[in-house]
Amino acid sequence: MSEALPARGAGREPARGRRVRRDGAWPWLFVAPLTLGVAVFYLWPIAQTAWYSLTTFGVFGGTTFTGLGNYAEILGDPTLYRSLVNTLLYTAIVLLNIPIAVCLASLLNLPGLRFAAFYRVLYFLPYVAMPTAVAMVWRIIFNGDFGVLNWALGLVGIEGPYWISTPWASIVAVAVVGLWSSLGFSLIVLSAGLKNVPPELYEAAQLDGASRSRQFRSITVPLLAPSTSFLAVVTVIAGFQLFDLLYAVLGTTNPALPKSLSLVYYFYRAGFVDNDKGVAAATAMVILVLVGLATAVQFRLQRRWVRG
Amino acid sequence: MVEQLDRVAAPTRRDLAKAQRRRGGSHVVAHLVLGAGALVMAFPFLWQVVMSLSTNAEVQSVTPSFWPAHPQWGNYAAVFERLPFLEQFRTSVVITVVRVLAQILFCTAAGYAFARMRFRGRPVLLAAVLSILMVPSQVYLLSQYQIVADLGLLDSLGGLVLPGLFSAFGTFLMRTAFLGMPDELEEAARLDGANPFQVFWRVMLPLARPTISVLAITSTLWSWNELLWPLVVSTYAERMPLSAGLATLISDRTTDYPVVMAASLLATAPVLVLFVVLQRRVIDGLASSGLK
Repeated sequence: MSEALPARGAGREPARGRRVRRDGAWPWLFVAPLTLGVAVFYLWPIAQTAWYSLTTFGVFGGTTFTGLGNYAEILGDPTLYRSLVNTLLYTAIVLLNIPIAVCLASLLNLPGLRFAAFYRVLYFLPYVAMPTAVAMVWRIIFNGDFGVLNWALGLVGIEGPYWISTPWASIVAVAVVGLWSSLGFSLIVLSAGLKNVPPELYEAAQLDGASRSRQFRSITVPLLAPSTSFLAVVTVIAGFQLFDLLYAVLGTTNPALPKSLSLVYYFYRAGFVDNDKGVAAATAMVILVLVGLATAVQFRLQRRWVRG
Repeated sequence: MVEQLDRVAAPTRRDLAKAQRRRGGSHVVAHLVLGAGALVMAFPFLWQVVMSLSTNAEVQSVTPSFWPAHPQWGNYAAVFERLPFLEQFRTSVVITVVRVLAQILFCTAAGYAFARMRFRGRPVLLAAVLSILMVPSQVYLLSQYQIVADLGLLDSLGGLVLPGLFSAFGTFLMRTAFLGMPDELEEAARLDGANPFQVFWRVMLPLARPTISVLAITSTLWSWNELLWPLVVSTYAERMPLSAGLATLISDRTTDYPVVMAASLLATAPVLVLFVVLQRRVIDGLASSGLK
């Protein structure tokens, strides 16, 4: 068979260049398993969700076409907007990891700094740790009665809120965890970016008498622009996907939950708790549009910021 | 002129080195900042260790006890007695291993064909596969659930493992790796009469080893830590992987914090150990995969 198949391709593909070969059916064998899997479990579901979003699920099975009814329902639901605001607040706070990581990366990049590898590993640990597992300890750290955070705040005379069960505070608390867990990744990406900055630039600047902070502002920050804008895109996309940490830190019986949802949590609740697949599908489509918009805006900004 | 510059440059370089040594003092500041930061980053892990060895009363005391009076090693034994920890652990391992192997198999094969073989419809298929990268997972989750339910695979290993066998990101990653490889080796093997599979298996796959390890690492992390899918397809605690099992533990009926802390540590441990052992490779791999 392996001999017969290439022969079929031979007539169709004359040897034009080096890359034109007689592969016959081989490529299909290579591509088929993945493509079939992707078609069945990803592409078809995307189409189906778009359809779901226009239908209502009957109690006894079966679906009825209801047009934009689901969209009207969620767009009229204050909880959706609340979830959107929470998601944006979370994303905004987590974005702070980028400036922090820029400072830390430039320190880590100091010539002759010892223990740099050790620091890198420590900062990176939270990124690889299981979110639901680290959420457990953060729950206790944030505990209003016996949490170590409020104890520490008490030492300086601040009375901390019940972080987990106060709507706005819970988002801030979860965002702090998100910032903590993404800092290491940003640091690694920025360190890689810093390696591409020619050391001669710093040497020249030093000879010209530029101070360290001046070098940081005029060399490090602008030359890291490609890395920082990449991180901004990744952080915003991940921010819109907030679910794991929120779910695990808040717990399922939290009284503040309805006011502390993220967009994905709103989706999860509609689809798998309330079993309203149509509404969940419409929410998913809204998330799709929002993420697409955010990415498009960022690419537009990136072009300006990286070149300028 | 050039010689003059050289003569000027030589002493200044030495001066710079000297200046750097003199500046040793400012490295102290760097170490202070980086060290304080590292302490903040490590604190939750350290705190988790402390609490996993405390009594429940110590955890809930208003003034924190930074070291337990009598380390409660029994909390770790209790993890195995009171929770379906072993079952969940086993489930996590099976899901992760199967997915990593499947992704390596499917993604390297497809990535190779998309990068280096010519066939009709390639651009369309490639675009279709890669388009998923832009779509948030919620968009296909509902329908994936429906498919798995129709197959009768809810609450089973098959259902847990299924959609994650295929990865658009992995395909993208492997395709990029194969695109960057030199033509010569491949051509030479072909001239020696190797068929496309032999070229792939004997020549190209070994060259792709570094990227395959990146794929293995990223899919291990992703599979081990994933929450939403297992939460959706499994109802019984004994059949969940650790990520979802731990999350259900915290429902407020369980207030045995030290045991929960011990369980969380045990659940994170494999990935943390793997990372510490392979850190160079993980860090370089993630940095480069992220940047491309």
